[in-house]
Amino acid sequence: MALIELRGLNKTYTMGGQPLRALRDLALDIHGGDYISVMGPSGSGKSTLLNMLGLLDRPDSGSYRLDGRATEALDEEGRAALRRDNIGFIFQVFHLVTRLTDVENVELPMMLAGTPLAVRRRTAREVLATVGLAERSGHRPSQLSGGQLQRVAIARAIVMKPKILLADEPTGNLDQASGLDIVEVVENLNREGITLVVVTHDAALGRRARRRIRMVDGAVVADDSSPPAEGAPP
Amino acid sequence: MNLTDQLRFNWRVFGGQRVRTLLLLLAVAIGVASVVLLTSLGEGARRYIDREFSSLGNRLLIVFPGRNETVGGHPPLFGAAPRDLTLEDALALGRVPSISGVAPILPGTAQVALGSRSREVIVLGTSREFFPVRQMSAAAGSVLPSAAVEHSLAVCVLGHKLKQELFGNRRAVGEWLRIGDRRMRVIGVLADSGESMGMDMGDIAIIPVTTARQLFNTQALFRVILELREGADEDLARARIRQVIRDRHDGEDDITIVSQDSLLAAFNSILTTLTLVIGAIAAISLLVAGILIMNLSLISVSQRRGEIGLLKAIGASGRDVRTLFLGESLLLVALGSMVGVAFAYGVVFALRALWPEFPLFPPHWAGAAAAITALASGLVFSWLPARRAAALDPVLAMRGSV
Repeated sequence: MALIELRGLNKTYTMGGQPLRALRDLALDIHGGDYISVMGPSGSGKSTLLNMLGLLDRPDSGSYRLDGRATEALDEEGRAALRRDNIGFIFQVFHLVTRLTDVENVELPMMLAGTPLAVRRRTAREVLATVGLAERSGHRPSQLSGGQLQRVAIARAIVMKPKILLADEPTGNLDQASGLDIVEVVENLNREGITLVVVTHDAALGRRARRRIRMVDGAVVADDSSPPAEGAPP
Repeated sequence: MNLTDQLRFNWRVFGGQRVRTLLLLLAVAIGVASVVLLTSLGEGARRYIDREFSSLGNRLLIVFPGRNETVGGHPPLFGAAPRDLTLEDALALGRVPSISGVAPILPGTAQVALGSRSREVIVLGTSREFFPVRQMSAAAGSVLPSAAVEHSLAVCVLGHKLKQELFGNRRAVGEWLRIGDRRMRVIGVLADSGESMGMDMGDIAIIPVTTARQLFNTQALFRVILELREGADEDLARARIRQVIRDRHDGEDDITIVSQDSLLAAFNSILTTLTLVIGAIAAISLLVAGILIMNLSLISVSQRRGEIGLLKAIGASGRDVRTLFLGESLLLVALGSMVGVAFAYGVVFALRALWPEFPLFPPHWAGAAAAITALASGLVFSWLPARRAAALDPVLAMRGSV
């Protein structure tokens, strides 16, 4: 059974008075441990798909089963809990809370879950170490570089040990070297078993995924699981 | 999320928005302090009156001439009555078994002269019983004799200030002086008992009521103070008093009886109401603080859209977000209330030290009532911003803060 089963997903937004079909009858299965990139032009529905996967948005119609559970029937509280325990997000602009230190930012999901402070602090430090930030802990976001900020964000995304890591243009705000670092961090996590879904415009980043999905106008137009073509960057 | 974490999180928000936090703290503190201070004034007035009344002694009934037909109106302190209350009426009331003392009062003003010195003062015609009733005693000589109600004795008792003005440090008892057109002998000087009911008891002359009747050429008493016998029933005594007056006034009990207790109770209820009203007016400032909280919270919510969206993305439900924002306001209001109450108490203690005559006193409920009003105001006015934050779409929120 697939970790994620999307069936007949539809979503229409109204933009400037015009209806915009962000998803049309989208069907997709994602298995545990997959490494998927979603590419496509602007407005093709990539971000909408990511928000659907992350339970941040509700489809107008269709079904979404996560780990065998139907998510449509859940209320806001249930979706929040499911999101907290199963899904980690990383964003293009990091979205760290600037008044909190890196450790506190990483702790946030555990705080929402009610984990005791001592456990939180220890876990947060451990996770920061796994993303290569052991020595920076205790710093404010303003004292960190872009790459370090994204590492903190990744630590925050995985601190609850989610099954799925959703990344929205994770390297979009980074220079090439730090971008590559970050990609390696998330790919390592994927090798350890996390299901990784990356939405990107960056063809080089997209090609790295084992399964490459291309979206146009809210529908999947290509779903390629073949090994990367010869000559593609590693 | 548990409470400690919530408080810690809120606290970090305050640290990050110092100006906003200080402004709101100040607004709440001013509101709470003004409630406590103003109600302290009202409560102080009530205690002041209370203290003044207690100097009158206990278990007193005061009989005024004339009747107040409407219930709950003021007694006719200076009202004119169709039928006078006379000395004979007062003496008849003194024969009521539950009355242990009668002090008829017939005041006027007259020139008191000794040699070339003279002074216009209040002259009080009364009886011997007046002194214990008003808790006054003679510092030198004696008070009026018992015969003062029957015989127009040419004697007087002087207030200490009047004695000082006329005699200086010389001995006054036994000396003669002139009050109005009559010569009188000084038989006593009052001990200094300060002011009573706003009347300076030091600057008066007290003479027998019979003498006062002749001096002021009137039969009408200003009022009669009756002292109830120990253990006597007040209602019964009132009924008997009315009966006596009816018998003597052609079947009309045209008097008003006020007991000290009821007068005190009336003053108490008036001043307590006044205190509440003042407090309510002061609480308007808390309403203003609430509106300030709402505005600044709305600004804060729109500034923190990204953070709210993120919190939702990492597992906060709408309810969590609402609780966070409401908790933030309530914590702020609670802190502001503490500052306000502490400040108000400080001012009260300072004023009391500077001005001990007036018993400025914060009512025991003032601090709590102000804090609760502030919290309620904070809760009501931060509800809208908190709900707005809770309803924020995380996707749009995070995109908006790019």
